[in-house]
Amino acid sequence: MTDPTPPRTLATMSAAETEAWRARQKSRNRIMGLVMGGLAILFFAITIVKLGAKTQGAG
Amino acid sequence: MTTATPTLALPTDWRDFFALTKPRVMSLVVFTGLCGLLAAPGHIHPVLGFTAILCIALGAGGSGALNMWWEADLDKGMRRTAARPLPAGRMDRTSARDFGIALCAGSVLVMGLAIGVLAGLLLALSIVYYVVGYTIWLKPRTPQNIVIGGGAGAFPPLIGWVAVTGDITAMPLLLFAIIFIWTPPHFWSLALFVQSDYAKVGIPMLPVVSGEATTRVQILIYSALLLPLAVAPWAIGGTGAVYGVAALTLSAVFLACAVPVGLRRTEPSDAMKPEKRLFKFSILYLFALFGMLVADRLATVQGWQV
Repeated sequence: MTDPTPPRTLATMSAAETEAWRARQKSRNRIMGLVMGGLAILFFAITIVKLGAKTQGAG
Repeated sequence: MTTATPTLALPTDWRDFFALTKPRVMSLVVFTGLCGLLAAPGHIHPVLGFTAILCIALGAGGSGALNMWWEADLDKGMRRTAARPLPAGRMDRTSARDFGIALCAGSVLVMGLAIGVLAGLLLALSIVYYVVGYTIWLKPRTPQNIVIGGGAGAFPPLIGWVAVTGDITAMPLLLFAIIFIWTPPHFWSLALFVQSDYAKVGIPMLPVVSGEATTRVQILIYSALLLPLAVAPWAIGGTGAVYGVAALTLSAVFLACAVPVGLRRTEPSDAMKPEKRLFKFSILYLFALFGMLVADRLATVQGWQV
């Protein structure tokens, strides 16, 4: 016996549904990119400040 | 018989993840944390100060997400919360839980590494207090849940202060105590004039469990306790007169607003003006009090006061 209604995938979605899916993914990726970039800058800045404090302490 | 087509749900919108962090609560947390940081004696590099406040905000956001994860079923049954991402079905529970854990763990880790072990431990303690002590354990069990929940909101200025000084002294503990004692009259005055459906979902709120008269008396007691507590930082020499006079004036007005609330009873078709006045003033009170704490520190640093 075969299932008459196969599970829906991106391949079986309508064009409008696929577009909505892609748009949602894109907005999530953009935010994720901003968060990751922000964290990278923050960790770099923290490292510089900490190193600077250590150098001053040693001097 | 018809077979429904299995739907491929859209990925959760990032705005729904943001909503899990309770942004409005987070703004108050950032404000009080920042005031604690700015009022503390000592110096912190602006980058580290920003990091400390960010960690406090993310820790609070993660706690909020875990709170919504745990209470998703309760939220479904209340009008005020039914549109949140989980009860509205826009997100699955596992994602909310994992998001909350990631924010909490990340914020504690960064706080511990960048600012200090004590600040990291206090942030971890505040998260465990709110998520386990309040949300999971005591909120559904005692009508004093608001008093206990107030403790969670009281951590940010303590953590902000400790981020600068690196130790716990009387001053940050007093800031903690002020918010702790301020919360019950703030929330219960709101509970008196807003019909909530906490009772419907089995959360024992004081006005429902113990009645209006008890709630009014307790509002008065906490408001009376708040006055000496708010003035205490000045009395012990932790602040100058700028804060002291402001705290005395603001707390006297707070008490003056609380007295009619404590002594009256709700009449039929009551406009509840004293309760609304106390609730509105309680918000202004906290912002003004902590703002004056920073102003006092500034006045001392500038040499405008001893």
